[in-house]
Amino acid sequence: MNKPFAITLDVRTSLANHTGAWRSERPVYVDGLPPCNHACPAGEQVQAWLYAAEEGSYKTAWRRLVNDNPFPAIMGRVCYHPCEAACNRGELDSAVGINSVERFLGDEAIRQGWQLPAAAAPSGKRVLIVGAGPSGLSAAYQLRLRGHEVEIHEAGHQAGGMMRFGIPTFRLPRAVLDSEIDRLLALGITLKLDTRVTDLGETMRAGRFDAVFLAIGAQLSHRAYIPAGQAARILDALEVLGAAAGGERPQLGRTVVVYGGGNTAMDAARTAKRLGAQEAIVVYRRTQAQMPANEIELREALEEGVHMRWLRTITQVGDGTMTLEKMRLDDNGKPQPTGEYEELTGDSVVLALGQDVDRSMLDTLASIQVVDGVVQVDKTMMTGCPGVFAGGDMVPSARSVTVGIGHGRTAAVHIDRWLRGQPSQPMPADSRVPVAFGSLNPWYYSDAPHAVRPRLEAGRRVADFSEVVGSLDADTALYEARRCMSCGNCFACDNCFGVCPDNAVSKIDSGHGYAIDYDYCKGCGLCAAECPCGAILLEAEHT
Amino acid sequence: MTGQTVKFYQIGSRAVGNRLLPAEWRTEQSNPDRRNALNSGHRACQGCGEALAARYVLDAAVRATKGRLVAVNATGCLEVFSTPYPESSWQVPWLHSLFANAASVATGVAAALKMTGRDEIRVLAQGGDGGTVDIGLACLSGMFERNDDVLYVCYDNEAYMNTGVQRSGATPPAARTATTEAVGARPGNPFGTGKDMARIAMAHEIPYVATATVAELHDLEAKVERAMSLRGARYLHVLVPCPLGWGSAPADTIRLARLAQRCGLFPLLEAEHGEVTAVLPIRDPVPVEEYLKPQKRYAHLFGDHPRADVLSALQALADRNIARYRLLAEEP
Repeated sequence: MNKPFAITLDVRTSLANHTGAWRSERPVYVDGLPPCNHACPAGEQVQAWLYAAEEGSYKTAWRRLVNDNPFPAIMGRVCYHPCEAACNRGELDSAVGINSVERFLGDEAIRQGWQLPAAAAPSGKRVLIVGAGPSGLSAAYQLRLRGHEVEIHEAGHQAGGMMRFGIPTFRLPRAVLDSEIDRLLALGITLKLDTRVTDLGETMRAGRFDAVFLAIGAQLSHRAYIPAGQAARILDALEVLGAAAGGERPQLGRTVVVYGGGNTAMDAARTAKRLGAQEAIVVYRRTQAQMPANEIELREALEEGVHMRWLRTITQVGDGTMTLEKMRLDDNGKPQPTGEYEELTGDSVVLALGQDVDRSMLDTLASIQVVDGVVQVDKTMMTGCPGVFAGGDMVPSARSVTVGIGHGRTAAVHIDRWLRGQPSQPMPADSRVPVAFGSLNPWYYSDAPHAVRPRLEAGRRVADFSEVVGSLDADTALYEARRCMSCGNCFACDNCFGVCPDNAVSKIDSGHGYAIDYDYCKGCGLCAAECPCGAILLEAEHT
Repeated sequence: MTGQTVKFYQIGSRAVGNRLLPAEWRTEQSNPDRRNALNSGHRACQGCGEALAARYVLDAAVRATKGRLVAVNATGCLEVFSTPYPESSWQVPWLHSLFANAASVATGVAAALKMTGRDEIRVLAQGGDGGTVDIGLACLSGMFERNDDVLYVCYDNEAYMNTGVQRSGATPPAARTATTEAVGARPGNPFGTGKDMARIAMAHEIPYVATATVAELHDLEAKVERAMSLRGARYLHVLVPCPLGWGSAPADTIRLARLAQRCGLFPLLEAEHGEVTAVLPIRDPVPVEEYLKPQKRYAHLFGDHPRADVLSALQALADRNIARYRLLAEEP
């Protein structure tokens, strides 16, 4: 051998030395459950569509969004966004404005005329949807996508349900509502208006429907007996909201008293202000903390000058005046009368005490069980009657547009399974624990305060029914989307690739985008520690 | 700082890369075709800050010189764990001679390249804190004085880790080492000793002096880039946490380097011809305890008999750095 001086072995690369044998823990890439996804009643994959929006790929983002929810422009206006309450960014500065980005995407889709995904090949099955509210429309959409023939029977003159008759136009302009509903119906969904289903069994036989989804909502207003003089004006909140939404101007007088503490009460009081009332006063028998109204609605109502009278009941209504009784909370937090009374001036009383389900149609099918005024369903959203599913406000749950849309989607998944003869089983619940702020490495997220949506000034709002909350423009929407910390899901920052002291991480074009070479990974854990979003976990190495 | 400021809201300019950033704004470490100057299979401990820093620095220098680079290494951990005979982890031309003479060997390499008309090939010398501030200081000072065309990089893990964690001239006050045990009234390394190598280098008024850590990669790469754009003697001092010698978790290496900068004990600065030209402001200041507590070499300051007096003396050192370099100024 011809070797240089003092060299007896060939120089070799250190790659012969497999340092992976040192490892006691191995890093693995995971897909965590982002808290926003976990909190979304409509089942949206929020982080996934924000991921596309971050790139400015708004159409891709919108397409991901409408997989689960066909109404982004409506959602971006009326949803109470529990996703933002759950957002981990709230711990750093303030939550990502998910709702405002959703609205931007929804409006962009309307502007650009983006179309919903096409229906699958015909399945030969027919599904009846009773009620064209958010839940019914959502179910119709999901079933149509799966290739079923869908017919909606709606008792009213127009589709939309509470989105049209319950939500004031200053929160949801009807042009937005119409364009999202029209786009959905254009998928080939039959909508029969002014068609009240009275005998469900008969309707199903006559229409040869294979399954039905009931989403008739809850429109019967709770009545409270209040002794009232002849001249007293007592109205129902849904009537007032429906009339105002239809462009009418119901006469409410100068001082309007709204009785109740829910979202309908807030909407009614805010509507009364816009109808010309100088004062709108909400009377509620418990305290602010116990109000069922969403805090956003309450805040906006207060900003517009709506007054609140907590711990009061209305005991008697006269002509231009009424009697309130003061309440106090007992040890169980229940309001109890105190026997103290006070007078309140008011030209009319609007009752917003909650709504019940109209059960006249339900009673035609004996196997449908109604408990406490709502229809009982199993985990697949099916009632006691095989093939009859129900959702939205008529089943036991929180009542909101978003919840209704989620019910529609869940029911559609199960109706689809049922129609295909697949065994009934609940949608596998996501057993993953939502990613906690503590598992992120927030150092890497730049300080970026929340982009505030333009709002109409409170004083100008009540002048008419103009929309209160404005939209983000493309720049601010992009900025807002990029505030997403992508909790638990890799967003390709290259930190793991960069910080490995052993070059054991490589970039690849598939899967999570990175691969770990366990021949060399010593298991130091730096990649996991420096992953900003907690998408790498360390697992004990089995020896 | 020489690096550009990227206002990017999800991941600022601190992450290694980002799919949304143009490639030229990402670090060299995010480049799938980076040189990987120190390859897999080296025998550094888990979470070694020095192995990480050596790759960071050399990959950036390879990029800056378009691959025309020779590295000269002093004796130390880096040399031992990368080249157990006959293996080598280096993917750049690499020389090792003695503990003390890396700066002189580098001077010789640069002179030889110049004499043979190949001075587009650049020379980088590197060593640990022992080889730099103690054993090799005379050679290094000479290299500075002669203004030889070498970038000398010191990977400072604050003691002689390779031989069993003995104190060096870069060991900070109060730190426990094998030769400064945590005993007596003033446990650990005595206050008032040690050398501030960056300031010693600045006193030579050489063209460029900078400090960096493994936690601020964009900053580190910008400094290597700047150094390679200049000729003459240049010095880069990189703080590299050592899980073995510091008694810290391997996964905490980068976090500790970050905390060292955020508490003020390790200021990040640049100087040209003896004058400070830029500092990296502290983004989110922390008290020194946050940096010290995760390290077992400072365990005697906490626990059942906490040493508030020693901690406040260490905090005073951090505060002096903050005042000296105005580290709490607003970011531009």
